[in-house]
Order: sequence, then C-alpha cells, then structure tokens
Amino acid sequence: MKQIEVKSLYKTYDDGTEALKDVNINIEEGEFVVLLGPSGAGKSTFLRCLNGLVKATKGTIGIYGLSPITGKREELRKIRQMTGMIFQEFNLVNRLSVLTNVLTGILSYKGTTKSVFHVFSQGEKLAAAHCLQRVNLLDKARVRADNLSGGQRQRVGIARALIQRPKILLADEPCSSLDPKSTQDILDFLQKINREDNITIICNLHIPELAVKYGKRIVGVSQGEIAFDGKPERLTDPVLNRIYGFDQVEPSNGN
Amino acid sequence: MNAKNILLFLVLATAFWLAARNSELSLTELSRGLPNVFDYLLRMYPPNLAYAPKVVVPLIETLAIALWGTTFSIIGAIPLGFLAAKNIAPVPAVFWISRAVLNFFRAINEIIFGLIFVSAVGLGPFPGVLAIAVHSAGMLGKFFAEAIENVDRGPIEALEATGSNRIKVITYAIVPQIMPQFIAYCLYRFEVNVRAAAVLGVVGAGGIGFVLITNMRLFEFENLGIILFTIYITVVGIDSLTTTLRAKII
Repeated sequence: MKQIEVKSLYKTYDDGTEALKDVNINIEEGEFVVLLGPSGAGKSTFLRCLNGLVKATKGTIGIYGLSPITGKREELRKIRQMTGMIFQEFNLVNRLSVLTNVLTGILSYKGTTKSVFHVFSQGEKLAAAHCLQRVNLLDKARVRADNLSGGQRQRVGIARALIQRPKILLADEPCSSLDPKSTQDILDFLQKINREDNITIICNLHIPELAVKYGKRIVGVSQGEIAFDGKPERLTDPVLNRIYGFDQVEPSNGN
Repeated sequence: MNAKNILLFLVLATAFWLAARNSELSLTELSRGLPNVFDYLLRMYPPNLAYAPKVVVPLIETLAIALWGTTFSIIGAIPLGFLAAKNIAPVPAVFWISRAVLNFFRAINEIIFGLIFVSAVGLGPFPGVLAIAVHSAGMLGKFFAEAIENVDRGPIEALEATGSNRIKVITYAIVPQIMPQFIAYCLYRFEVNVRAAAVLGVVGAGGIGFVLITNMRLFEFENLGIILFTIYITVVGIDSLTTTLRAKII
C-alpha cells in the first residue's frame, strides 16, 4: 500500500473557482516532495485536501488506505494525527506560551476535560520539551509565542507538528514570511527530519531555486493541474515557463 | 459639492428639522425653565450631612445588585455568545435563535425589565439583580459573539489539523484570543451596571435609587444633595477602578 494515493482529484470552491483539476499522484514513505508553482495554482488546496481541512469535490485520496474525503470523525482524526502541518503564517496561539503551543499538538490524544483545564502530565510536558530541544528553542519554553521572531515561530510550529510523531509533514509555504537565513534554517531542518525520522515531507514553495535545492522530487502545479512530476535535474527552463505560464502572459502597455 | 451630496444634505436637514418639531425643542421653554433648575439645585444647598450615614447601606446594596447582576449576566452570556457566533453555532437555526434572544434582551432597557420583575417578585433589590442580569446578558452576549466571529482563523486551522475536536479547538484557539476583550468588557459592564442599579432603585428595585426617589417625593431637598453627591463619588470611584484594572489586562 502506498503511503499517499491520489486519484482524479477535483476541487471546485463555492464561488466556482476550479482549484484542482484531475490531480493524480502517489507518494511513498520518506519522500521529500516539493510542490512548485505560482500563487493560486492549487498547492495550498491540495495540501488541505490531504488532511481534510478542505473537502475535495471529486476523486479519491488514500492515506494508508484512510480517506479524508469519505472518512467520518474517527477516520479524519487518525489521518490528522498522522499528518503534521506547518503554515506560512505560523498559526501559533499568540497569547499562549511556546510550551503550551507545542502541547496543542497532542490534544487529540487527551481527554476533553483535562484539555479544557490545561492539565498536562509530566510525560506530555517532557515530550514537548524534547521537541523544543530538537528545534533549539527549549530556552524559550515559557515565553509568549508572539514575543518570538518569525523564524523562531516557525520552529515552534515544527515542534508542534513533531510532538504528534507524524508520518507525513505538510508544509504550506513555510518560508514565505521569513528572511533568507531563516528560510535556509527551516528548510535545512525539514531535510534533517526527513533523513533522520523518515518523515515524508510535502512542501509548497514558489521559488524554483529552493525547490531544486531541497526537493528530491518536484511536482510543478499550474492552474490546478500537475504540469511536471520528476527529479529536480529535469526542471528545465521550458518546464518552468509552462508552470509559471510565462509563455502565456500577454505583454501589456501596447508593445 | 456634487448633486448626490446636496441631496443627502437636504434629506438629513429635513429629518433633523422634523425630529426637532416632534420632540418639541424650544429655546424659549428652556430659557423660561432654566431658573427653576437653578432653584431646584439651590434648595439642595446646604447638604444635610446628618443624613450621610443613612446613605451607606443603600449604596452598598446598589453595589451588591450591580455585582450579582453582572455575574449572572456573564454566566448567561458565555453560552449564548458562543451559540450566537456564526463560526461556532452547530446549525444555522441555533445561530438565529441565539441572536434573536440576545437582541430581545438588549432591546428592552433594564428599567422596563425592572418594572416587570418588580411586579413579578415584589419590591426590593432582587428584581434589580434580575433586570440587570437579563439586559446585560444580551449586551455581553452580542459582544462575545462578535469577538468570537472576528478571531484569527489561522490557529483554528492549525489545531484542527492536529485532530483536536471542536471543544479543544475552542479552548486553545479561540478563548485565548478573546480573553482580554472579554475581561475588559465585563469590567466595563460592571461599571455601567452600578449606574443602572442606582437608577433601578427609582422603580422600586432597592438600593440608593429607592432612597433617592423617596426623598424626591417628600421634597427633602437637603437630603437629595447628599444622596446625589454620594452617587457621584461612587460612580467616579468605580469608573477609575475598572479603568485601572482594564489597563492591566491589556
């Protein structure tokens, strides 16, 4: 069984936007896939279809055989426990501490009453501390999340995903809000956990240079369709033009 | 200055003028009545200091009415506020009904509720507590609902992506975001309710308001002076207290 199997995936939003059209792709354990394409190409929609944050209109998705499209609460929960996600805007809870933010990653394993009253066991706090140690932020455990820099916040986001012990990590433009140094740090770290923990990484990027540097497999996405699927070496200029639609752009200003 | 603006101006001017006619605004009436106002105020001087001790207990009663009225209103407003938030309500029907209930509580002033409750449970401070509780629940509830609807969606998405259920998402992604506004608004509501409780006494719901209306009806002007002064001090005191607390929260 492949880890991720996507067949004939379509997503049309309520306002008529066709975000995904007939997407077919299989991903094996341990891959580092980079989804490359311009804004609005459908990359974010695709990631969110995988963990059910967005419900696909047509087609099938299988994550170890479980489906985020047809799956009910239990199935959806299992999928989300297996897939961690990090976001362009970090999506931390600003007023809570770094440690508590990381702990929110394992809420799905806790009872509701204990969760509501913020009662965490020593074991849980140790697990969170361990994850913070891995991203080098243990010294910031008690700091409020909004007192951190962008790069630090994204690392907290990664720690929050890691505490789930995910098999898959979905990264939605994780570096688009970061400076070049932080960008490198984050992508280096994703590479590290891909190698060391065998976590499958599916990462949205919109800069070709980064995609080629970090991706073991590049999937070019353009206007909801897959325009390229292969090794970074094969990402030539004609291919890039097709993905970014440069050859389709009409010159303006009456040339 | 285009045609649309001129038309708008004329419409507004007409509206204001008709309203002035309707509310019988009159400069002559005002100038004729002004001496009476001064006469009224002058009769309150010198204030009867011997009456001061009699004011203390009713004043405490007013504060107690405001305190419990606000507390009950918070308890009622929390569930109603969540249900009246579009992003929380499980089905649209729940949202519409909650909003309707909150609007009803808000629309009816606490004085009206006070009159209703006084005829229901009798004179005294308790109907005052109920009147404040109900009206404030409407105000607080609507405020909560709007605060909840305006939260940043990002953390909600992130928490859903970890597999947390609805209640956990609300606890960690929504509550921390609205907490400061929530507390600040509760404190503000308490301050408003102190003034409301004072006025409710006028319709029989206990506290300093009841002492006030009694002395008014008996034309005890020197006592009125003291009563009004103590109300003034209390309101100003509560006002600065809540303002300081609210500054500490944010």
